Amino acid sequence: MTEVALPAPEPGESSPPEGAATLGGRSAGDIVYRTLTTAFAVAIPVLLGFITFEVVAAAWPALRVFGFGFLTSSVWDPVRNQFGAAPMIYGTIVSSILALVLAAPLALGVAIFLSEFCPRWLRRPLAFFVDLLAAIPSVVYGLWGIFFLLPLLREKVMPFLATTLGLGNTPFFSGPAYGNSMLAAAVILAIMILPYISAVAREVLMAVPRSQREAALAMGATKWEMIRDAVVPYARTGILGGVILGLGRALGETMAVTMLIGNRHEISASLFAPGYTLASVIANEFAEATTVLHTAALMACGAVLLVVTLVVNAIARWLVWSVGREPRS
Amino acid sequence: MVGLMGFAALLATLPLIFVLIHLIRQGASSIDLAFFTRMPRPVGEAGGGMANAITGTLILVSIAASIGLPVGIGAGLYLAEQRGARLATTVRFLSDVLNGMPSIVMGIFAWHFLVRPVGHFSALAGGVALGAMMIPLVTRATEEMVRTVPTALREAALALGYPRWRTSVAIVLRTALPGIVTAALVAVARIAGETAPLLFTAFGNQFWSVSLSQPIASLPHTIYTYAKSPYDDWHRLAWAGALVLIALVLVISILARFVTRSRHGGVGD
Repeated sequence: MTEVALPAPEPGESSPPEGAATLGGRSAGDIVYRTLTTAFAVAIPVLLGFITFEVVAAAWPALRVFGFGFLTSSVWDPVRNQFGAAPMIYGTIVSSILALVLAAPLALGVAIFLSEFCPRWLRRPLAFFVDLLAAIPSVVYGLWGIFFLLPLLREKVMPFLATTLGLGNTPFFSGPAYGNSMLAAAVILAIMILPYISAVAREVLMAVPRSQREAALAMGATKWEMIRDAVVPYARTGILGGVILGLGRALGETMAVTMLIGNRHEISASLFAPGYTLASVIANEFAEATTVLHTAALMACGAVLLVVTLVVNAIARWLVWSVGREPRS
Repeated sequence: MVGLMGFAALLATLPLIFVLIHLIRQGASSIDLAFFTRMPRPVGEAGGGMANAITGTLILVSIAASIGLPVGIGAGLYLAEQRGARLATTVRFLSDVLNGMPSIVMGIFAWHFLVRPVGHFSALAGGVALGAMMIPLVTRATEEMVRTVPTALREAALALGYPRWRTSVAIVLRTALPGIVTAALVAVARIAGETAPLLFTAFGNQFWSVSLSQPIASLPHTIYTYAKSPYDDWHRLAWAGALVLIALVLVISILARFVTRSRHGGVGD
């Protein structure tokens, strides 16, 4: 702690600064300030708890009726008031994991380039440019996706995958190419999470001590061998944390996914098929949910999402911090 | 290997370039004064603008800032000054967890807290959802900015007889203020683009409304509605709106980088 402790003013000695009432050496202003800032700081965990409480309370009517079966049932029948979130859970997991598969190697490549190979003058602008991807609003990604990504996928990429590469015979790329599909959602998610993974990876790679790099080079490693065998393994935990952070973002992403995934309540092995995610079902169906149970079922999807992202984000933060980045505590 | 990594870096910059190019191509021709001042026209009629949406976004952001800024700056000051205390570590961790919360979950929270009990959608509920999202952004930025203020400055003030609270507020906070203001602007830019929390709190409104207890239009929500629609005219407006939104966000982000660049000596911020 770097605070300088002031001795309490003795009675009769130098008077306290004007305007400061003193209570045993501490001015009233200090107490007010301390109380206020502590209160605001405590507001954050309180808010988090309150949010969790409210979301679970909103979901309660549906959770009470369906119980754990909500997570495993695929039936979504507003007419008969039967709801099951399995297709949404499947869609959320598949789209996020696929987005990670697409984005993580790319993000790691960008981070390695920026931290090891990039000429100094290019480093800052390029890093800033990649980070700008995170600043684009989700709905703009969705808009761009509808009018450019979907036609591109529908007319070029999907036929290429299905016929030219012959993957159309496998169950993962079968079915008609509508455009709106799990693949489209995964691609846009990959673009959206790339800057997060890249930023964390870049930081942890740069935090690897010089001694590690120099030791590898002294043993005769080439620059690439140094990176592959000394730098990246050292930063492994932090990079993993960054990847999981990206996963957390992908799980919760709503607007762009709603606009691109096709919104269909079915589990399908094919990436060309439309799907659904926990977040996009809420966005899509809320305005049409007329019965209390329907609304509560949607909120229950939100509650599942809340719990999952809470856990994933906590793991990610813990991993990133444990790599000796700028020590936070 | 260099080539492969460089190629990855190039590939990563392509989406941004493509998005910007397409936005400008599709949207630039539709932006004129009418876009900012006219109300939306009925479907099928040409013209019309997004005046209600732009005003709505301004109102929502104001409500959000009135919640997010005090709490964020207060919490940031606390974290910067009580760096190692157990409460501080916990709050810092939970603030990051709150930061990663999906925006639609924030919307659910505000819906259950502010919409369901009163039975109607409101701008206030939307503002509260956005404000809750703003808190962790401002907290983290305030903490970092306050930590860059040299300890010598604080000690000099204390040596001159300033009480601790006055040192923190009048000296330290004021020194860190440019960075905090910039970070607040960046946070505002981020939440101005959020749609999901507004879907069932502010709900959107085709008409002009500035009332806090009524549904209100907002720029990203209107873009979403228009993008989903089958009408070409609405698509055109959606592109224009998206261009305005992204111009706002990008300009603020670039300005923020310029202002804070000189503070951090390091590379690749």
